[in-house]
Amino acid sequence: MEEALVLARAQFGLNIAFHILFPTLTIALAWFLLGFRIQYQRTRDPALLLTYKLWTKVFALTFAMGVVTGIVMSFQFGTNWPGFMKHVGAIAGPLLGYEVLTAFFLEATFLGVMLFGMNRVPDWLHITATALVALGTSLSAFWILALNSWMQTPTGHIFADGQWIAGSWIDVIFNPSFPYRFFHMMLASGLTASFVIAGLSSWRLLKAPKDTSARKTLRAGIVVAAILAPIQAFVGDQHGLNTLKHQPAKVAAMEALWHTEKGAPLVLFAIPNQKTRTNDYAIELPYGAALILTHDKHGELKGLNEFGDDIPPVAPVFFAFRAMVGLGVLMLALAWFGVWMSRRERVVPRWLLWTFAGFTFSGWIATLCGWIVTEMGRQPWLVQGILRTSQAVGEITGAQLGASITLYVLTYIGMFIAYMIVLTHLAGEGAGNLPPDPVAAAMPVARAAE
Amino acid sequence: MDILPLVFFFIMGLAVLVYVVLDGFDLGVGMLMPAATEKEQSVMVSSIGPFWDANETWLVLGVGVLLIAFPVAHGVVLQSLYLLAVAMLIGIMLRGVAFEFRMKAQGWHRELWNWLFWAGSFIASFFQGAMLGRYITGFESGFFYLAFAVLCGASVCGGYVLLGATWLIGKTEGPLQKKSFAWARWGLLWVAFAIALVSAATPLVSETVRDKWFDFPRTLFVMVLPIGCGLAWLWTWREVGRLEGGSKASHWRPFMGTVVVFVLAMMGLAYSLFPYVVIDRLTLWEAAAHPTALRFTFIGTAIVLPFIIGYTIVSYRIFGGKAKAGLYD
Repeated sequence: MEEALVLARAQFGLNIAFHILFPTLTIALAWFLLGFRIQYQRTRDPALLLTYKLWTKVFALTFAMGVVTGIVMSFQFGTNWPGFMKHVGAIAGPLLGYEVLTAFFLEATFLGVMLFGMNRVPDWLHITATALVALGTSLSAFWILALNSWMQTPTGHIFADGQWIAGSWIDVIFNPSFPYRFFHMMLASGLTASFVIAGLSSWRLLKAPKDTSARKTLRAGIVVAAILAPIQAFVGDQHGLNTLKHQPAKVAAMEALWHTEKGAPLVLFAIPNQKTRTNDYAIELPYGAALILTHDKHGELKGLNEFGDDIPPVAPVFFAFRAMVGLGVLMLALAWFGVWMSRRERVVPRWLLWTFAGFTFSGWIATLCGWIVTEMGRQPWLVQGILRTSQAVGEITGAQLGASITLYVLTYIGMFIAYMIVLTHLAGEGAGNLPPDPVAAAMPVARAAE
Repeated sequence: MDILPLVFFFIMGLAVLVYVVLDGFDLGVGMLMPAATEKEQSVMVSSIGPFWDANETWLVLGVGVLLIAFPVAHGVVLQSLYLLAVAMLIGIMLRGVAFEFRMKAQGWHRELWNWLFWAGSFIASFFQGAMLGRYITGFESGFFYLAFAVLCGASVCGGYVLLGATWLIGKTEGPLQKKSFAWARWGLLWVAFAIALVSAATPLVSETVRDKWFDFPRTLFVMVLPIGCGLAWLWTWREVGRLEGGSKASHWRPFMGTVVVFVLAMMGLAYSLFPYVVIDRLTLWEAAAHPTALRFTFIGTAIVLPFIIGYTIVSYRIFGGKAKAGLYD
């Protein structure tokens, strides 16, 4: 049982971590595509058409990765966590169902029109298809985050007939942490996509400095990142305060605060020791945590001692939180510096292009760290205060789980390597090879299917 | 007796049926890839390119309805089919990414992705069939049941190849279409053999199913299904021959005939199972989710499903007509 719990969690964690990379990129990339598409409609600039075509390819590739790993998730709710469905299935099931019904079909169907329909449908329909794909991916995020937020800060539920059911769907969906989590995630997606766009465009500019399409997208990526980064800092802070109110144990783990105290220091670095319940090698900033979280130098913060044995693994939450915030600060600084430089000089210097290329996947790393904070931080609860993770695990044997984990890991490694190869290929040589498309430019009207 | 579980049983059946027909043809096209030349392969891929993402979504809906409306059954079914489901999912992942990657690759890379696309299509189809086989025998174990599952796996592959071949008859012309006629014949023979074997074997492995079908005089009514199935099969066979002989009739007739065969086979399956969601163990009322969940989901489904069906049809119309190579360039 113990072994199955560990393996079931490892497997689910692996799948969800791998899956989340792709929606994180596509949610915002879809809106970028809509922007490129509308811009092209207005200006008829061939460079914008190239941009749109290149990035729809990246989108299709990433979307496919998201779809196939998402199908795996839909099977694993039942296989790995039957207790989850048994206890809260009446709440979780419909939210997942609404995602499939309202979002998944929409994006998957109009993706076809968006990818292959440019010369087959009128412009307005093609733009609408692009917009519907963007709407679909965002709706998808809406439902998934509604469910996840409900698991973190459940409201609107009542106990009846031996299980938890929804008393009020409005309260279930718009639970206390939902708005914060939703905007935090949407902004994370925006930053991820803008850094991927800026990074891959830089990569192309390093190879072909005269590529006008890459110059435009680099600028788009940097400017959007510079706008979103400070908003994200603000929303992230508000999200943290909301977590302090509803999940104080998580915040205590994020800050590695073992004991309740007034005027708690901000732990800049430490190695949290779960056994002794202290921090080894701590470097602290006096009153820092109290000031940030309570906006009062002498404010009181609850420590992990208040929660008995019901505390999350502290070290991973602590480090992941610091990595996320640190990376966020770097991304903000880089984006602003990039805007400033590109205003000052006409051509972005090569070393800055290299820096942006190096930061291509910074959004992914920050997002993964954020998910570690939020998901590990709520342990040992699966649904905060209602259902423990250990109550939800299924009866799959360790051997079966071991075999399937091995298969998944091998498949994922292969898929990821291939994805990266294709992505760099598209960013590098692929860009130069994209044929100009005079036919499409000259023929804006629908060409009927033969 | 509550009506909503019945409604969701129907919706689930519909989702699975639509999935089998739609993803069935694109999986079938995937399995036929090695039998075509490089140029033909690119036409074949073009013919399914705009659709496969949305086709797979029907699987998610089917599993989703099982999860939402019959959560207990979802746990039982998927835990019993665990490793088969993992294998099926890996097949789906392989072919999904191979599909995207092969269009962006050249040379031996492209060859490699072609083979993975074929392998993924084959693995996904085979294990879907194997899962079905395990499911209708109530997850019994033993050599006989294992052989039955393998038989079902092979049958589903044959069925999908038939769907793929008849889809290509509708979507292509020239030498590729000529090849598709031959493929469709093989598929038809395979399907006839498979349906006959499965129909004969199912009552043997499951007492419940046997009692359902051989209960006079009900037998007389339900015999409409196998007889209709046989007639649809014969019609399809004849239409393939007529089109090959140069008939001016619609190139979609063989596909339509195949769909009728599948619909009737599926109705037979639903009849065998009803009212169980897990045969001999859980009826659909026992497995049903709490009424609050069913009601909330039903409202959304009733509003949204017609839209989904509507825009799915629109997308098939937009990409109607014969497929051409190079849809992706």
